[in-house]
Amino acid sequence: MVDDTDTTQSDETPSFFAPRRKQLLLGRRAIVASVVSTTLIIGGLVAAFYLAPGGAIVRHDFFNPHDMWESLVGNHHKSLNSVGLGLLINIRVFLIAEVFILTFGLTLAWTRMTKSPVLVPFRILAVIYSDVFRGIPVLLVFLLIGYGVPGLQLGFISNQSPEVYSCVALILTYSAYVAEVFRAGIFSVPHGQILAARSLGLTNATTMRRVILPQAVRTVIPPLLNDFISLQKDTALLSVLGVIEAVQAGTIFQDAKFNSSGLVVASILFLVMTIPLTRVTDGLIARDRNRRLASS
Amino acid sequence: MSEVILELDSVVKRFGDNEVLRGISLNLHRHEVVCLIGASGSGKSTLLRCVNLLETINGGTITLFGQSLADVRVDPDKVRRHTGMVFQSFNLFPHLTVLENVLVGPVRALKRKRSDVHHEALQLLERIGLRDRAEEYPDRLSGGQQQRVAIVRSLAMKPSLLLLDEVTSALDPSLVGEVLDLLRDLAQTGTTMLIATHEMNFARDVAQKVVYLDGGVLVEQGTPEEIFSNPQHESTRLFLERVR
Repeated sequence: MVDDTDTTQSDETPSFFAPRRKQLLLGRRAIVASVVSTTLIIGGLVAAFYLAPGGAIVRHDFFNPHDMWESLVGNHHKSLNSVGLGLLINIRVFLIAEVFILTFGLTLAWTRMTKSPVLVPFRILAVIYSDVFRGIPVLLVFLLIGYGVPGLQLGFISNQSPEVYSCVALILTYSAYVAEVFRAGIFSVPHGQILAARSLGLTNATTMRRVILPQAVRTVIPPLLNDFISLQKDTALLSVLGVIEAVQAGTIFQDAKFNSSGLVVASILFLVMTIPLTRVTDGLIARDRNRRLASS
Repeated sequence: MSEVILELDSVVKRFGDNEVLRGISLNLHRHEVVCLIGASGSGKSTLLRCVNLLETINGGTITLFGQSLADVRVDPDKVRRHTGMVFQSFNLFPHLTVLENVLVGPVRALKRKRSDVHHEALQLLERIGLRDRAEEYPDRLSGGQQQRVAIVRSLAMKPSLLLLDEVTSALDPSLVGEVLDLLRDLAQTGTTMLIATHEMNFARDVAQKVVYLDGGVLVEQGTPEEIFSNPQHESTRLFLERVR
């Protein structure tokens, strides 16, 4: 026999049953619990909206079906711009800016990581650039570019439309973020990959191009898409330079009719535009996670 | 004995205050296999990395084919094209197929035409019995298979010297044999190799010279017979007793 006072293990027989209150959330009851909580919360929000003292006024001013429709399609005779057509400008600016941001962002990331002694000044500039443009609010970049560049009277450069300046402001700001995303992706590639590539005699640039970047791009896609979702929304800032895109069209409607339904329409259109990208991004993140779990 | 191709003379390497190599002197002849043995942290891996210029030395000289690697006119990329290196953790490129892994060196570093190298690459894969896996990605292969592909990837560069850094240490015991067999095969066909290893029986079999390192110091070197059966130094004796 062993002397049982000598052991660090417990002699008790453990019980595994959850306490009463927690049992209500186990097994099939979990479904009931989730239905109850969902109903309560959503019901509460709807009730608050309907029962609020100003509820009726807000519903009329923001969710009036007639005004929502009129703002969506616009009205020629009353010089009301269409929020729907305005959104096409947002989309166009987004698509154009996106291409430049990817190219410029990658160039910045590359420049910042290069070891070539000739490129040292560019490396320093890239660091300053990313500090500056991640530090200044986007709104200010819009205002500075939109009012500042035309003021320079630099001929061609100063004679562009507000839409072009907006595009430039978005490109300048978002490239700084995207460069950091690329850099993080590049750092995420295991160091052994670099060692293996270099010891095959691949140059620094070839290693980057053939070994590091292809692997980095994969890990970088979800965070990159997140930045693009945010870019889609920030096209609303075009309104501060007077471009009649979705938000500006909604504001014009609001000024003319003292009714904010156009802004709600713009919000809904932005949602319609961003939700597919949001879903794709979340789907990619989930897929990557599953793959990692499967391989470990 | 054939010509000396690699010559280390009092090589010193420091990481900060930590002196990892303390005056190592060592010669390697063409077609010779030299095994570096010693505990983890004795400097075996660092030594290999210095030869491949993945690390720069702080003292002494490394001479490869009569040229000092410290010479400013030396292009590290060119040195590495002649000194293949295989790592403990394989480091195959996961985004490339097995075949592309083997092709990438000759095509991207030596700028040879893909169509010219293609046949050679397949022959190399044939040699390790993995020709039918050429189009698969590395993560579909076992560790032993991956490591053999990594060795063949280095061989595709036709290196004058192959550096192997504990290439079986990350493998399941059941997969070590296939990798060591490939190295034996390479040794028999006259491949010049500098091998850091913990596999004493393997070292005894294939090496012409065994070098024992301890704490960055080359304690003794000699034929496998001399080192394993009649070690001259107390620390060599103790090390061999511990790993046996």
